Amino acid sequence: MPVGALALLPLLGATLRRHRLRLAFTIASILIAFMLFGLLAAVENALTAGVEVAGQDRLISTNKVSLIAGMPRAYLGRIREVAGVRRAASLNWFGGIYRDPHVQLVVFAITPNYFDIYKDFTIDPAGLSSWLGDRGAAIVGTGIATRYGWKVGDLVPLKSNIYRRKDGAGAWPVRIAAIYRSTVQDPNTVFLHYEYYNESITYGTDQIGWVIEQLEDKNAGPAIARSIDSMFANSPSETKTSTEKAVAQSFANQIGNIGAILTFVVSAVFFAMLLVTANTMAQSVRERTPELAVLKTLGFTDRAVLTLVLAESLLITGVGGLLGLGLATLVTQGMAAGLRSVLPFFAIPAAAYLRGLAYVVALGATAGLLPAWQAMQLRIVTALRTS
Amino acid sequence: MEAPLVEVRGLTKEYRRGDEVVPVLAGLDLDIARGDYVALMGPSGSGKSTLLNLLGGLDQPTAGHILIDGVPVEALDSDELAAWRARSVGFIFQMYNLLPVLTAEQNVELPLLLTDLSREERRRRARAALALVGLSDRATHRPRELSGGQEQRVGIARAIVTDPLLLLCDEPTGDLDRKAGDAVLDLFDALNREAGKTIVMVTHDPRAAARARRTLHLEKGVLAREES
Repeated sequence: MPVGALALLPLLGATLRRHRLRLAFTIASILIAFMLFGLLAAVENALTAGVEVAGQDRLISTNKVSLIAGMPRAYLGRIREVAGVRRAASLNWFGGIYRDPHVQLVVFAITPNYFDIYKDFTIDPAGLSSWLGDRGAAIVGTGIATRYGWKVGDLVPLKSNIYRRKDGAGAWPVRIAAIYRSTVQDPNTVFLHYEYYNESITYGTDQIGWVIEQLEDKNAGPAIARSIDSMFANSPSETKTSTEKAVAQSFANQIGNIGAILTFVVSAVFFAMLLVTANTMAQSVRERTPELAVLKTLGFTDRAVLTLVLAESLLITGVGGLLGLGLATLVTQGMAAGLRSVLPFFAIPAAAYLRGLAYVVALGATAGLLPAWQAMQLRIVTALRTS
Repeated sequence: MEAPLVEVRGLTKEYRRGDEVVPVLAGLDLDIARGDYVALMGPSGSGKSTLLNLLGGLDQPTAGHILIDGVPVEALDSDELAAWRARSVGFIFQMYNLLPVLTAEQNVELPLLLTDLSREERRRRARAALALVGLSDRATHRPRELSGGQEQRVGIARAIVTDPLLLLCDEPTGDLDRKAGDAVLDLFDALNREAGKTIVMVTHDPRAAARARRTLHLEKGVLAREES
């Protein structure tokens, strides 16, 4: 007579209600562990988002000394001449501020061909054309436009916390020429013309921050990187050329090895949770030894008793885990608005939810396995004697 | 002549305690007819509880055969034994062994979870069994809200709800006062005489044994004498 899982449900519910306080504490511990996991996953996602969208066919050249040390703008023309480089564009960090000096905007001064390399920006052609024809114009993302209520045609005064204008004016007035949409790129960036920026700053003129090279053949990346770097070897501004992914990763690593931190913290927390849950289950089975023997006496199979204990463990971790992930989702959604300017991708990725669910099952199964095995192995006659 | 419901032949049970072998049952032969009501008596260690456990398939004999309604119980594996117990045997314990988190009705319904019956039908049968033991008004009470006698009657309802062939009772009145014990024994009488249930009851209480049709006295693992 097979015992279906449904037959165990009434028993499962009753068993879980036995020690409500202990159950609540155990679920709360698991909830906190999974909430921490979700929040760390959101932080990791935010800090490594650039790594995920990095193109395979793109290289980035920076000053060998540091990402923030510039290079002569003449390098851009020379890099464009390197065999295998289809296009090259430059970027400079502007250090943008709008109204509130404490809120750092993501503003880049770029060469006009930047959007020929990055095709994952959706820009109205008329707006792009308008931007290309007006060096005082800017292209902005939907996120920042919504936040500040910017519309196409608005004149926006941007300040910089790095540069001053030669003419002494306090701000760079820019006209919003277009608002881009993108599902993978940060929707909070402002793009200015390099020429507009370069002609007006008091120092660092004719310097470029970094160069992005789009390759003819993505497999030729290492050879082209060597060609570029050897071209500027022994010059005052030597270059370091890497894949876009490597640069994004190294940028993320400046904060720390996020993946390793996440793994370490999550491992420690889950190990503690494993002990807590396993202890709860072991106690629960020990207390119910005579009852489990009665169930077997009544005709419940060894397998049914094993399933009952395992299901109990999985249900506890399942409820705690799902509540934890749910709470982490609410918290990240609540914090995302405030962090938009610094961590635009602060959200729990789908892969983390799947990983979380896998952890729920693994934790429940591991914590419940030994008590369930012991319950299955109970000898009825011996166990009844303990009642 | 109708074959006995229970046929026990050469039943032997030994336990090991380190290197020492402790014999509990020594080649016991026993027949129990359908509808019989048997009391097993004997001093502690005589093997009566062990015999009850072996009849119920809760333990395996060292040697010998147990045939119950044609089923060789000692030859069944663990899953077959569980299914056979669910179908054929009702157990009544001295300490009732009800699940404290379940109501009286849910406790009685427990064995029916192993059947294909609908939830409504399970509940209907559980309520009918509770009515039979006179506890309809206690269906929603948990064991701690019942007296010892009432708990034992819930235990009896749980044992009979699947309409088993055989009721095995281990000191069913051992923890009850005289009045509650008598009520339980009255129930056994009714189940045996009116419903035709076969009952095997281990007891130390001569008054309880006097209610049975036969009393078997075990001593040192063998049948010492029988009274009718």
